[in-house]
Amino acid sequence: MATTTGPGLREAPVKPGAGPATGTRRRVLRALRRDRGAMLSATFLLLVIGMAIAAPLITTLTGSGPDTLDPNAINPNLGGAPLGGLGGISLAHPFGVEPDTGRDLLARIAYGARVSFLIALSATVLTTTLGVVFGMLAGFFHGWVDQVISRLMDFLWAFPSLIFMIAILSALPQGNRPLLLVIVLSLFGWPYLGRVIRGQTLGLTEREFVQAARVSGAKTRDLIFREILPNLRNTVIVIATLSVPGYVGTEAALSFLGVGVVPPTPSWGQMISGSLEWYQVDPMYFVVPGGFLFLTVLSLTVFGDRLRRALDAGEVG
Amino acid sequence: MPRYIAGRLLGLVCILLAICFFTFAIFFWLSPDPALAVCGKTCTPLRISEIRQALGLGQPFVTQFWDYVRGIFAGRDYGSGADLVHCSAPCLGYSFQSSQNVWQMITQRLPVTVTVAAGAAVLWLLIGIIAGVISGVREGTWWDRAAMFVTLGGASIPSYVLALVLQFVLVVKLQWLPFPGNVGFLPDPGLWFESYLMPWIVLALGYACLYARLTRSNVIDTMSENFMRTARAKGLPPGLILRRHALRPALTPVVTIFGMDFAGLLGGALIVETVFGLNGLGQLTEQAIASNDQPVIMGVTLLAAAFTVIGNLVVDILYTYLDPRVRITAS
Repeated sequence: MATTTGPGLREAPVKPGAGPATGTRRRVLRALRRDRGAMLSATFLLLVIGMAIAAPLITTLTGSGPDTLDPNAINPNLGGAPLGGLGGISLAHPFGVEPDTGRDLLARIAYGARVSFLIALSATVLTTTLGVVFGMLAGFFHGWVDQVISRLMDFLWAFPSLIFMIAILSALPQGNRPLLLVIVLSLFGWPYLGRVIRGQTLGLTEREFVQAARVSGAKTRDLIFREILPNLRNTVIVIATLSVPGYVGTEAALSFLGVGVVPPTPSWGQMISGSLEWYQVDPMYFVVPGGFLFLTVLSLTVFGDRLRRALDAGEVG
Repeated sequence: MPRYIAGRLLGLVCILLAICFFTFAIFFWLSPDPALAVCGKTCTPLRISEIRQALGLGQPFVTQFWDYVRGIFAGRDYGSGADLVHCSAPCLGYSFQSSQNVWQMITQRLPVTVTVAAGAAVLWLLIGIIAGVISGVREGTWWDRAAMFVTLGGASIPSYVLALVLQFVLVVKLQWLPFPGNVGFLPDPGLWFESYLMPWIVLALGYACLYARLTRSNVIDTMSENFMRTARAKGLPPGLILRRHALRPALTPVVTIFGMDFAGLLGGALIVETVFGLNGLGQLTEQAIASNDQPVIMGVTLLAAAFTVIGNLVVDILYTYLDPRVRITAS
């Protein structure tokens, strides 16, 4: 991800189509199951999510928590570099240890995954809700509602969001950092989905089946929830999925710059930032969190891309 | 057209004022007392109240905000009597840490950031568009598949991870490039190029990959249009069709996206500078964050906002020349 908060791949989003048939879910699942890229990325993601959920179990098994110092795993004569090859990989520390402190990298990766996924998924839920609600409001009720919401989206869009996030987060006192991150990421994230939803809602309200429902006396609530929302489902699924890697990357970038998740809470971005001083002596300290971050973002992007393709194929056929 | 531009300029000023207001409000209500930051470690209550007086911190929010905005356009005076300091026109205040003029601090660092950002933009547009056009024209070939595979990976590497990998491989192991440093253009353009090459690649790669994918799908869409079939049917050679009929409609959306990415560009430059230790705005911001130096953070945020909205405006005006349909609706 190129540091921005927007969704990773900005090709044309899925087109709104007729109401999803009952077999859509099964067809999409079958298409995904046949897709090697989708399966590989899904497997890796399940692995990382499993690690995050089972983090306490992992630390019980290896016997070292994310903050347990292990002076036996480092060499004080070499400035605290890990003992043994490849960053101190051993039975007790399968991913090696942090230089200087000897904290277990596996435990820190697992607990860091918890923070990353918690933040990215919460931000996705929040932006999706905001984007759908405001986008539909703007598209369905024309006039001043549309004007106000559209100008607000333009305004947030024009913000230099990364720099502004850095400014806000550095100004705010040390509160609940993960919550702050979710709020800040969502604040600047929703206009993208909001714009797409607004455009599609505008188009859908002109379609015959919506007009027909309106003429036959359907309530506004039914028009929105029964006629329009089901047709936006594919768009929402695809954009939401593709926005997760963006949030994972941005959270890591902010933590890397020191304004995101702060110690003692472990985070991947923080670990990479810490490895800056060590990468010549102990490259593994950088490779482990860097590799996990890269593979996670890649898997999320590939999976979102394949999901869109599977959903799109149904629209054509 | 002039009316359209005037309207957009008015909107631009409004957005900048609103951004200024928000940033100011956040610092005013939420961040720790600036007087403490100025005062440092040897601090007495008397000194604090003096500082509050000099900086006008006792004033209500609206007055302080008004003073700040007026300072940007007309300059302002700090203190009174013998201590009076005049801060001339684009006045963004003084750093709490070094007491330097913020505007001067920013303009000193700006050339490095502009070099990093502009070089990267040139690189990513070139690579992204060329790779995307080739892939789009040869859809489904091995080149297309390989390019799309690589771009998916390239778009997923966080810039600071790529920066460290490149630095380790190219500088430490292979020693092909020098450590990126603060090198001027003039004495040795070759060294200048070599030391900025890695920051450019790091900042450009992610965008280049996204642009290649975007260009590819636009080219494929355009190639299936009716006017392309007509061009082929009347027997034009493929190269001419591509140059004269396909590229313009396929590349106009890229221009729009480029306008939007102006914002990310400065933020991205900030990360790259921090990793490579370049003496630009990024490093300035990082230091300001570490020491809670509010006037500097405010100044950089405003500058970035100005870049973004001006960039968007320039791109929109450019767009009307590239796509005549927009020109008709705009005027």
